Amino acid sequence: MAIREAEPVGSLREVKEAGLDREDLLGIYRNMVITRGIEERGHILYKQGKIPGSFYTGRGNEASAVGVATAMGANDVGTPLHRDMGVHVTRGVEPWRIFAQYMGRSDGPTHGRDGNVHMADSNLGLLAMVSHLPAMLPVAVGCALAFRIREENRVAVGWYGEGASARGDAHEAMNFAGVRQLPVVFICDNNQWAYSTPTHLEYACEHLADRAQAYGFDGVVVDGTDVLAVYREAKRAIEKARTGGGPTLIESLTLRMEGHAVHDDAFYVPKEMFEEWAKSDPIERYRSWLNAHADMTQDEEDEILGGVKRLLNEALARAEESPLPDAGKLTDGVFATPEDLDTPHHK
Amino acid sequence: MAEKTYLQAISDGLREEMRRDKRVFVIGEDVGVYGGAFKVTLGFQEEFGAWRVIDAPLSETAIVGGCTGAAIMGMRPVAEMQFADFISCAWDQLVTVAAKQRWRAGTPVPITVRLPSGGGFSGGPFHSQNPESSFAHIPGLKVICPATPEDAKGLLASAIQDPNPCLYFEHKHLYRRIKAEVPDERYETPFGKARVHQEGDDLSVITWGAMVYTAEEAAQQLDGDDVSVEILDLRTLIPWDKQAVLESVRKTSKVLVLHEDTHTGGFGGEIAATIAEEAFEDLDAPVKRITAPDTPVPFSPGLEKAFIPQVEDVVAGLRDLAAY
Repeated sequence: MAIREAEPVGSLREVKEAGLDREDLLGIYRNMVITRGIEERGHILYKQGKIPGSFYTGRGNEASAVGVATAMGANDVGTPLHRDMGVHVTRGVEPWRIFAQYMGRSDGPTHGRDGNVHMADSNLGLLAMVSHLPAMLPVAVGCALAFRIREENRVAVGWYGEGASARGDAHEAMNFAGVRQLPVVFICDNNQWAYSTPTHLEYACEHLADRAQAYGFDGVVVDGTDVLAVYREAKRAIEKARTGGGPTLIESLTLRMEGHAVHDDAFYVPKEMFEEWAKSDPIERYRSWLNAHADMTQDEEDEILGGVKRLLNEALARAEESPLPDAGKLTDGVFATPEDLDTPHHK
Repeated sequence: MAEKTYLQAISDGLREEMRRDKRVFVIGEDVGVYGGAFKVTLGFQEEFGAWRVIDAPLSETAIVGGCTGAAIMGMRPVAEMQFADFISCAWDQLVTVAAKQRWRAGTPVPITVRLPSGGGFSGGPFHSQNPESSFAHIPGLKVICPATPEDAKGLLASAIQDPNPCLYFEHKHLYRRIKAEVPDERYETPFGKARVHQEGDDLSVITWGAMVYTAEEAAQQLDGDDVSVEILDLRTLIPWDKQAVLESVRKTSKVLVLHEDTHTGGFGGEIAATIAEEAFEDLDAPVKRITAPDTPVPFSPGLEKAFIPQVEDVVAGLRDLAAY
């Protein structure tokens, strides 16, 4: 029951035991590179004045997001947040639609009605986040409740951050999930800064995962820059939930490597902290691991990087061709019609 | 047809939806073993089991948020707030998540939240409110306020089957006081269609919920005055039956808007403004509003009587209008 701190993942054999073959491993790398590539291009679009409003990234969180999403089953669902682009990428959201979303175009998942990472493709088992964090945790618990009522072997994954851990929604969601031992996994993206607020002003316990014990389930702290460790812990938790073992809280420790949003230079984060965490950049760290343990060749790496570059260049071009939304349709769809229920979830 | 209380009609309607539709489940505080604070779900857990009649922790946010998630996953949840007042604890889930999800993300949220509302029995500031106008202001939420047992059953069936978040305000003061014939078979009462509670030619009262009966008593007291009063029961505020209101205004030319909710920002203001915009030239008197004053709901019986619009207040208002 006590929380534990997850050990790093070592050998290829260990990884294979966790259910990943070599192709999966390269796929994870590719998804992490796509994730960062989307957000780096987002910065360029922002500077070009093509992104209205603000722009948020999850730099430093690529391993955490991709690791968890890789551990989810095809029929599982999740409520990823604005630092979790890697979840959208791993679940299969096409990058051109993400760029269209950034730019408020009609082909973005919200058709220009909402911005940045407030999006989700429900056909891929994702629910669109709201700004009020962690309001999606009770919703994730509700998904798990539906699975429990219908006795389906599906799991819901709910994300929140260490800032949102201070709000009551997190408590109500976890308490209810614990009482009913629902098939839900809570992922706390602890990136150590809630806008400018450091962790010691958000919570007084040592680890947020400590709280799991109070809710009657397991908690684990994992190094969020180690994609394979994140994957392994998420996989354990998800399969445990799937087989009736109840919730798990995984605290994934990272550093938010950029400001809260593009306007914020994060002057309040000590320079040494950035320098220290830059040494464990998730993508660089995983690339080294692949070289050392999975014999990733230069050719393979070049192929992945070149493929991602082409993919994103084409995605950008396609997104820029997407029309702006029609203001004449602004008031459409405030209310759902019975036809709107014609989705996989309602069948 | 059988005569039933308003409360029994709600209970019957809910049970019938649960029997015919396996997606429907009930969740709330004390709804299972105890049968709900007002006994609407009495005996439900024995019939449907503990996973379709779910006793929740004291967690309105988890209840409404949980319903939202379950609904997106294809269920038809019915949440019970023990008192409508407690919906404030779940405001964010309704207003931030459920109400906007269809419009911005294309995901319908077919949930029903049952809200025992209204005063009249010294419930005090936290067990007596009528917060319907707060939610009527939020795009994406439907607001339902049945007045009769027949409507209570039919509007609940409609709410549960509607693909949107529906706030179903059931007035506590009607629960056991109001009895009427209710059809035995299942039926859905459509939203946005007002009901003429009584026809009249000289004055219109536009109202909903428990105030329908206050208006009826007031109209009876006016029988000797040789004025005939039309009482229009809106049944639902979102959507509301603008056409029926305008038709009644065009017939009588004098309108009283009556609600138990407080005055400023109450839904009566929306009705009055619409009449001013669209039927100004049909009016023979300014639109009159009778509402609760802008205070919290008081506890002590004398104070509460001063707060809730009384029959004599409505009689006086109607006489003023008739004399104008």
